[in-house]
Amino acid sequence: MDFRLDIIIDYLPLILKGAMLTIGISLLSIILGSILGLVIGFGKMSSKMIVRWPMSAYINFFRGTPLYVQILMVHFGLIPLVLGRTDPITAAIIALSLNSAAYTAEIFRAGIQSMSAGQLEAAYSLGMSHRQAMQFIILPQAIKRMIPAFGNEFIVLVKDSSLVAIIAAPEIMYWSNGMSGQYSRIWEPYLFASLIYFILTYSLSKLLNVLERKLA
Amino acid sequence: MDPMIEVIDLNKSFGSQTVLKQINLKVYNQEVVVIIGPSGSGKSTFLRCLNLLEQPQGGTILIEGQSLMDPNIKISNIRAEVGLVFQQFNLFPHMKVIDNITIAPIQVRKWPVEKARSKAVELLAKVGLSEKADVYPDSLSGGQAQRVAIARALAMEPKIMLFDEPTSALDPEMVGEVLAVMKDLAKEGMTMVIVTHEMDFAREVGDRVLFMEQGIIVEEGTPEEIFERPIHERTKSFLSSRNGYAFLLQGRHPF
Repeated sequence: MDFRLDIIIDYLPLILKGAMLTIGISLLSIILGSILGLVIGFGKMSSKMIVRWPMSAYINFFRGTPLYVQILMVHFGLIPLVLGRTDPITAAIIALSLNSAAYTAEIFRAGIQSMSAGQLEAAYSLGMSHRQAMQFIILPQAIKRMIPAFGNEFIVLVKDSSLVAIIAAPEIMYWSNGMSGQYSRIWEPYLFASLIYFILTYSLSKLLNVLERKLA
Repeated sequence: MDPMIEVIDLNKSFGSQTVLKQINLKVYNQEVVVIIGPSGSGKSTFLRCLNLLEQPQGGTILIEGQSLMDPNIKISNIRAEVGLVFQQFNLFPHMKVIDNITIAPIQVRKWPVEKARSKAVELLAKVGLSEKADVYPDSLSGGQAQRVAIARALAMEPKIMLFDEPTSALDPEMVGEVLAVMKDLAKEGMTMVIVTHEMDFAREVGDRVLFMEQGIIVEEGTPEEIFERPIHERTKSFLSSRNGYAFLLQGRHPF
């Protein structure tokens, strides 16, 4: 079997541009998804049924339906409805953020609920409000415990961002598919794409390891 | 004089199990009230009701005349005036000792950092732990952790201090150092409610002793009355079993 390095070199500038877009989309989706997830996670712990129920429904919907389907709905349904036109990159970020929020909400909830009741009681007994107790006592400790789960979620998100090639967001897989089509080759485009994804996810997991050690 | 704490017909149950039945109590300024009784008698639950860490089902609790049951009060404002020391210390493990003590004055009382820190330094000296300001709670012994917890509660300058079996989780050789700090507080005139199994301490420090069993206050009186001349059979049998246990610990048979 011959392996044509020349077509990889030919496509290298495009794929590297695609990699930058993958990084950008992933990073923004991680940030937006985590913020939304924090809100939804707290909502799901609310004592009020009217707050809790929609949050549960949200989580169930986004965990229970394929990300692929969600990407299509956001791209062809939601974004045209709001912007009046399609925009693949915006659609990609929105779809990945909405999906990731469902998972990070559960990570936040599990992390917070794993704290001993004594910590919350001690904070309350000193006159802290619920918000102060969360901000100064519970979250700083809980986030440490959440890092491994967040690491998982972020790595999954980077890999899942490859699905947005379907709506023509010009990221890694978009150009790899292009390379495959143009030269009718399989191994060169997809092995090279795998290598780039692996470099991204491996660096991310190393980064999170460092963060975990620093906070411990 | 109005009482600092007034409890009227307090009822508390967990599910179908009644834990507190029609409890009434008044605690006056500078008074030290000690609650004794067997495990499961409801004494810790009662103490935790006094700052609403437990929500009672019936009755009224007044702190300095303010009803905790009034839906318009902010319970955090009341809790800021009532310190609580836990059996398990519950120090914040992610903060240095000094930050454990200053966090509430800074965030709740809105004190400037410098004022909170100098108060914390003063309190650490008072509990004999000046050199521990910059360590994390994991490196403290149980007795040291509990003294820090007392300093943390005192930093809010509370008007009332509640102690929930503060020495029950400690190795025996560390009990004394915590009780000594509490004794000093009592001498300074702090209003205190203490749940404890330390009978000698109860006798020495208490102005009034309550004996609780099965969710009711069985008997109440001065330490002399409760320990020397208990009236109720249940008080007598509880105290004699405690004495027997103490003798056993000292290697002597009670009879």
